[in-house]
Parts: sequence; structure tokens; C-alpha cells
Amino acid sequence: MASFSVPEKTIKDILPENTLKTIVPQEEVTRAVKTAPSRYRNEIAKFIVHRNLNCKRCGKCAEVCQYGVHVLKPGYKYFAEPKNHLCIGPSCEKTGNFCVAKCPNGALQLKENPLFKALGDYRWPGDLILATWKMAETGDVPPAEYGYEYNCGNSGGGFDRLRFKFPDKPPVKIDADKIDTSISLNKRGDGRPEIKIDVPWYGGGMSFGSVSNVTQLSKARAAKAWNTFTCTGEGGYMERMRPYDDHVITQVATGLFGVREETIQRVPIVEFKYAQGAKPGLGGHLLGDKNTPAVAKMREAVVGISLFSPFPFHSVYSIEDHQKHLDWIKHINRRALISTKVSTPTDVDMVAVGSYSAGTHIVHIDGGYGGTGAAPDIAKKNIAMPIEYAIGRVHKFLADEGVRDKVTLIASGGIRSAHDVAKAIALGADGVVIGTVELVALGCVRCSRCESGRGCPRGIATTDPELAAKMNIEWGTQRIINLYNAWRKVLVGILQRFGMKSVTELRGRTDLLMHLDYTNDVGAKK
Amino acid sequence: MPEKYHIKTQPVPPVSPRIGKYGMVDWREDCARCHNCVKKACVYDRYRQEADYIRNLSDVNALFFDCMGCFSCVQDCTKGLLCMSINPEYQKMGNSYWTPDIIKTTWLQAETAKIPVSGAGYRGPFSGKGFDSMWTDMSEIVRPTRDGIHGREYISSSVDIGRKLPYLAFNCNKTGANASPLVSLPMPMIIDMTSPAHTLPQLNPIIAQTAVNTDIIAIIDSRQWQGSDKQLRNIAFYIADGEDIPKDALKKTRLVEIPDGAKVIERIKEIKKIQPGIVIAIRVELTSAGVERAIKLAESKEVEVIHIVADANGNEIGASKPRFIKDMTRQIHTALIEKGCRDEITLMAGGGIALPEHMAKEIICGADLITINLPLLISLECHLCNSCKPGMVCPAKLEKIDINYGVGRMTNLIAAWHDQLIEVMGAMGMREVRRLRGDVGRAMFFENLEEETFGKLFGSRKNN
Ligand code: SF4
Ligand code: SF4
Ligand code: SF4
Ligand code: SF4
Repeated sequence: MASFSVPEKTIKDILPENTLKTIVPQEEVTRAVKTAPSRYRNEIAKFIVHRNLNCKRCGKCAEVCQYGVHVLKPGYKYFAEPKNHLCIGPSCEKTGNFCVAKCPNGALQLKENPLFKALGDYRWPGDLILATWKMAETGDVPPAEYGYEYNCGNSGGGFDRLRFKFPDKPPVKIDADKIDTSISLNKRGDGRPEIKIDVPWYGGGMSFGSVSNVTQLSKARAAKAWNTFTCTGEGGYMERMRPYDDHVITQVATGLFGVREETIQRVPIVEFKYAQGAKPGLGGHLLGDKNTPAVAKMREAVVGISLFSPFPFHSVYSIEDHQKHLDWIKHINRRALISTKVSTPTDVDMVAVGSYSAGTHIVHIDGGYGGTGAAPDIAKKNIAMPIEYAIGRVHKFLADEGVRDKVTLIASGGIRSAHDVAKAIALGADGVVIGTVELVALGCVRCSRCESGRGCPRGIATTDPELAAKMNIEWGTQRIINLYNAWRKVLVGILQRFGMKSVTELRGRTDLLMHLDYTNDVGAKK
Repeated sequence: MPEKYHIKTQPVPPVSPRIGKYGMVDWREDCARCHNCVKKACVYDRYRQEADYIRNLSDVNALFFDCMGCFSCVQDCTKGLLCMSINPEYQKMGNSYWTPDIIKTTWLQAETAKIPVSGAGYRGPFSGKGFDSMWTDMSEIVRPTRDGIHGREYISSSVDIGRKLPYLAFNCNKTGANASPLVSLPMPMIIDMTSPAHTLPQLNPIIAQTAVNTDIIAIIDSRQWQGSDKQLRNIAFYIADGEDIPKDALKKTRLVEIPDGAKVIERIKEIKKIQPGIVIAIRVELTSAGVERAIKLAESKEVEVIHIVADANGNEIGASKPRFIKDMTRQIHTALIEKGCRDEITLMAGGGIALPEHMAKEIICGADLITINLPLLISLECHLCNSCKPGMVCPAKLEKIDINYGVGRMTNLIAAWHDQLIEVMGAMGMREVRRLRGDVGRAMFFENLEEETFGKLFGSRKNN
């Protein structure tokens, strides 16, 4: 295998100057957590506290409630509408500060919010959405009293049925600040930069066209703050993204939209997208409505026409063809690492090893259940295997071939929580790519209307200027920074409980996992 | 390039009020009458549509439920008066197999003839029963067996129905002198008879014309046939036991179906005598004896086509722990391979085929083609409420249906299914649907993936 990779120790001597460093001055973004409240007036609440006409405005409720639900502003005669989203619900009864019980006039009632039933789906239940919003707001997980299930969804399989077997107490005590969550993206030792990212995830490709430039820039700035990456997707490289070049992955996909030599030279990582999990084997689609003048310009296409990236790369029908492509990019940008993004067919393990031998630094496997862009419904649940099956397969095959430590394995396609990240790593990935969760942090409700007409009514996945104006870059950046902070905290907590100093120790530790649908007695089975 | 199979479509809007998943409940009493009411800002203009709808209301009980569920108005209302809810009418539709989501997507395809597309990834359960416990494969960078397709327009979806020769024999310089007749269909789908529960006589003309427009075949009970001779090319009579054979009409058809029975071989001979060039399918109900019976029938040299039919939900008929159509099909398919006669027989399978992916998956499991009926009924805005009985009110008013509307909707649905079949085949790197048959290598099954992945790590699956 090793003979495939060309030693490049001397590349610095033969390089054109401009491919060695970033040309545009890079902007700093701080990682500090700052509160970034919802941009909507009414937050979605799980419970409703109803105050009826018996209320004598005695103020008892405001006094007992520990969560600031009841507000009687000084000088006001009436209570403001209860801040329902702050209410912890029926579990409050046990606290001894239950307003409903304490109200001397029986004026209060607590109900489940019927609205909550309409929020979320199997993969992203309402709890997970609300909890993710909280993390994006505060930079921390929601307080335990709220009882949100934010570690997994409700899909009944895969990550949602996997659990960690935590020891009763950590084998060694390690301070949170001593724990290293960084991973390295170049394991080839081929003389190209040894890029490390501070958290074991980076942002997935979402093109300008599929999301607004506010969304793209927010993602890029958060990546900068957290010393990780974001990806342009297939749709061109905005000039406004250039101050974050060092944290951008640019994509070369089958449509080659917006791919130019010069854009390839800007970045430290170039990603080849063969397929994507949301629509494996179907190429990319951008419906005509979303192909606005700005999008068309960037993609060098005609306004209003649906744009299709074909599947597959018609210039790649073998690993040798693939290698030729990688060599081409490596030549154009002598400092770039190469990532190869593939979907999860039966032979995903072979594809991974093939990509390694062609010279890729990162094998990125994208399972079927994620994705943010427009995809035919038939593709979403039916084509290619869920990522949970693919990770272990690829990890093992790479190990059996003796190259596991020469390539970085990144998994994506349905990573919704920090626990999903940890589970993916325990199954054998080095790190993950995330997508949907960043959009949720920006206020996505998963209504899945991103594809048509003017696009996302919440201004996230749209190129309609009026809709996109619903969000600003500072707020968007902060929301994602906060989310990352909360996730890292959870991840550090997991590592602490296992007594691990570095997230790299977790990789492939399937022995730390159990599956709720299995007997978990594998020793006995043999 | 030979002429491509193409179904002409045009949008056919629904006649009944749309039944959306979400609706708005508006607690008006506290409304502040804001100048800039959030209702005006609905990207989909739902409130205005609702007002128009109410203004023109003919049916007092109908509510307007067509919100897209973006929560924007709910979250922006000055007084927080708006509440979204799931439409109870929506939840009531269909049953546990034919879910409201299936009904809704079928309506959409029947209206637009388009492949349903949405954003935000997959929302459903990890896996499920029946067809939801398998995934189709796709082909990545390398695939030694891949067809190397360069575009969807090169994918063929046509199938041949009839008995095929095990090998070519040369006889008096003529190849295939004794070959049996074959019927070629441009897509692996036949329209089956509607179940007795949903048999509405006024549907037959619509179904017949849809078969003509899409150039597939519809099976229609010979006793109910009232169509024109011109349509007969796309009709297959179902001739019940003891029924007279409609000799003249039969000569204009290519395929005929008869029920299985003790004297089925004699019946075949009888029909062949009248019309030697016709292909005869035997309808085998998948009761507990169905699988074995289908296998047995395949051994007979007279049998050309076996049409296996499970119940409407794809289950073995009358069993308390029923097998599912895909598993029964695999059983039959595999048994025929073992007997060495799989390629000679055409296997049509019906029951429980509710979505286009089921068509692809059922073919992967071993059927040559599939048969459907309920999806076409649903395309006419049927709710599967099972009220199609005299004296009950059909919410889709199927008793007064307009033929152009009906044909348009059904044709659109079939076109959308065809396009989706091409999509999944494109992903698999397959150029011919004939080659998809029984190619389980192009699929991944839940049980296998679980065992290979988690079984190895975590022991045995508990609920097995
Ligand atoms: S405790 Fe009861 S009566 Fe007193 S202000 Fe609250 S709701 Fe009104
Ligand atoms: S139930 Fe508890 S948290 Fe909710 S409003 Fe009452 S006191 Fe506050
Ligand atoms: S359209 Fe809906 S699902 Fe798509 S990004 Fe916007 S809020 Fe999220
Ligand atoms: S939730 Fe969204 S789609 Fe529904 S009515 Fe309100 S603004 Fe319109």
C-alpha cells in the first residue's frame, strides 16, 4: 500500500510561492461564549402555565418560581404572559416551589403545550431541537431539571439505541482542562501540513445557493473561532469567505460549479465529493427557484435554471482515475490535504482503502440519514447504509489492511449530538462532520421546506435576500460557537468518566458501548 | 437512440380541500390587531389562502389545514396567540401500513407527476418492518460490475412477461421456432384489480385509459369490461373460474389472468386453443400454502407467468404471524433458482407495494414486475377510509369522478414512480430493470447489517 503515496518531503523547494500561504489577511474570531437568545419573540415551550381570572395578583407565584416564569413588572398592574419556555413542567411539583400548588387562589394550571407535538420528528425529536437551541443560546447544556433528552433521538436504531457503559466512577481523575479533544487530519506523514483541529468535528459542505451567505459565513467564523473547518460545498467560493480561508475546505464535486484553480489554492483542505449521504448516487440538485442572480454568477450558470451535478464523476471509473484527480489537486495546491467524501454502499470499506491508496488524507464517509440540502424523498431513507453500520466496517478494514493509522476517518450523516460524536468515534471514526445541527443552532425547525420557492422561511437555507436578512452574521456565529462549546463540554464529560486524557483514546473502543436491543453478552455468545 | 419511454403528464390539481399535516389554531380573543401582523409574513401565504378558502366554502365542516410547519408566525406573533397543531384529519387517514405520509406523498405525485423532493435530511425511523428493513445499494468510485451508465436516459425499465426459453434451439434455420409468446412492457408495473372493498365500477374506464396512456397493462375482471376495443392491447382480462372466455375480445389482448385451482392447467390449454399467442398469468393468493403452490406451479411447462398476491399490507393472507411479501418473494425466487427454472417463469408480485421504492425493492427480492392498485385509488384523493360502501360518504367523492381528472392523476402517479425507479437504478449503477431482478447484491438487509455490525459486538438481538 505504502508505495502508492509519493514522498513529498521536498515540496517546499519546488512550490510556487502562493500555494504555501494564505494570501488574504485572516480575521480573528474569539471562541468566548456570549448569550445569543432566540431571534423570535415567542420561544417554543414544552409546557404552558395558564393563569385564569381568579388571579388576585398577590405575587406568590413570582416569588416561588425558581425559573422566572411569572413576571410582574414594577409599576404594571397585570402579569406579563408567563415565560412558558422557562417552566420545567410537572417535575416542579417535587421541588416544593410549584406555583400551581402555591397559588392561594387556584388561579394557575399547568398543561403540556399542544404545539410541542408538532415539533420535531423521529431523528430530531422536539426535545433535541429545544435543547440544541438552548446550547446555542447559552453555550451550555440545558439544566437537568428541564429533563430534555439531548443525547439521542427517537429513531429506534443505530446511535439512538447505543449507550456508553460508564464505569461507576472514573478510573483516574482528570481535570476538564487537561483533556485534549483535538484530532489530527494528516496521518500520512507525506510532508504536507500536520493540521490539527481542536474539536473532533468540522462543518459539512453547504453551498451558497443551498444556504444563505449569512449561514455560510457564520459557519466559517465559528470554525475559525474553534480552530476547525467549514466547507464551501459545491457552489463556488464567496469572496467574503476569504478572511477565513485557513478554516475552509473547498469542494470539488461532479458539477465542478465554481471550481477554479485559484479557489483551490486558497485552502488547506480540498474535498472530493463523490457522493453524499442524503442522496447517494444521485448527484446534486439545486432547484431553479434558488438559482438567483447571485448564485448563478458564482456558479457561472444561467439564472433560474435547475442545476444538477451529475453522478458519478464521469472521469472516474477506477481508483487509478481517482488518484489522477488527487494528483491534479495536490499539484495545484502543494499544501492542501485531500479529503475524499463518499457515501456508504456495501463496499464502502473497499472504497475507503482504495481512496487511501490513491493518496487521500481524509476518508469521509457520509451515511444516508443526514444531509441538509434538497434530496428526493426516495433517496433519503432507501439508498446506502446508515452511518452506524459503515463506520466499524471501514475502521476494521483499514486496520486489517495495515493503514488505519495512515488515514483520518471522518463520519457524517446523522450526527446530532455530542453523544453521537462520541459514539461514532467509539465505533472507529477519528472525527465527524456535522451539518443539520448547525442549522438547528441557527433556528432551523426541520420543517424540510428548504428546497423550494424562496427557500427557508426562517432565513437559513435560502438565497432570498429578504428572508436571509432575518439573521445576522454576529448572532449566527455566536450561536454556533456556543453550540460547539456545549458539545465540547459534554464530550469532555464523557472522556472524564472513562478516565481518558484525549479523545483519540476513545477511537474504536466498541467495548465501552452497549446496544439496548442486544443481550450485550458477546463473550458468552462465542 | 431508440425512442424513449416517456409518459406525458400535466398537473392535475386536487378537487377536495387539501389535508395538510399541520394547521393553525388562533386564539383570537387577545389579538392586538398589529399593523404588521405575522400572518401577512407567512412565506407560503397560508393565511390569505385560508381566508379565500373560507369565503368560498361549500362544505361547512372542512377546515383549512395546509400550513408548512415553519413555526415562524407562531414564534413571532406579538401576543403569542397562534398555536400549531397536527391535523387530526391528517392523522386519521389510512392505517398503520398506508400511513398518512404515504397518502400525502401519493397525492402530491398524482397532482404534479414530480419526484417528491425535500430538504433537511431523513426524518423517519431508523428502520422498520417490511420494505423498511432493507436499503438499496449505490455504486461509488469503483464497481467492477457496474454498467457505467452515463445518464439516466440510458436506463431501460422494460420487462418481458411470459415463458422464456432456457436456451436457444436452432431448428430448420429458424431461431426460437417454438418460443412462447412474450408481452413487453415499458415499465415493470401492472395495474391490478382493486380489492373487493374498494371496487367501484366507475373506476374501470379510468384505469383502462390510464393503462393506455402509460402503455402498461391493467387487469380487469372480464365480467366488468365495458371499454372499447382500442384499449384491449393494454388490458388483461381476469377470467374467473367457470366464467365464459370472451373469445373475440381476448384475441385483441396480450395477457390474461386466471385464478389458480385444481384444473388450472386444463384452463390454460383451453385458452391457448382459442388464442395461442396470448400469455397467461396464474393468480396465486399468498395464503399459507401460497409460496409452496407458486413453486410447484413453476415446474409445469404450461405455466408462463405466476402472479403472487399478498394482502393489501403485503402480508401473508390469513396468517396470525404473517410473512411479508418481500420475504415470500425471496423464498419463491430462490426455490426456482434451485430448481433451475427461474428464468423461464415470469413472477409478478402484488400486495403492499405502496411507494416507488417498494417497486425497486420487490424486484430486487425476486419479482420481475409488480402489480399495484391502492396507490392508484389513493391518487384520486382517497383517504383509505374504507367508506366505499353504498350509503357511506366517500370524502373523495369517487362516485362522481371526472374521467380526465382520474386518468390524469393516475398517469401522473405512474410517471412519478417511473422516474423514481430510474433514480434508484441510476444510483445503483444499473442499466436495466431486468437485471435488477433478484439481485440482492444491490440491497442491504437490516438483519444482515445488524448481525455483521452489532451482533458481533453485542451478542444476540433481543426481540428476535
Ligand atoms: S399566585 Fe396565583 S393569585 Fe397570586 S399572582 Fe400568581 S396566579 Fe395570581
Ligand atoms: S411549574 Fe414551576 S417552573 Fe413552572 S412556572 Fe410554576 S413554579 Fe415556575
Ligand atoms: S426550511 Fe425548515 S428545515 Fe430547512 S433550514 Fe429552514 S427551518 Fe430548517
Ligand atoms: S407556521 Fe409557517 S407556514 Fe404555517 S402558517 Fe405560520 S408562517 Fe405560514
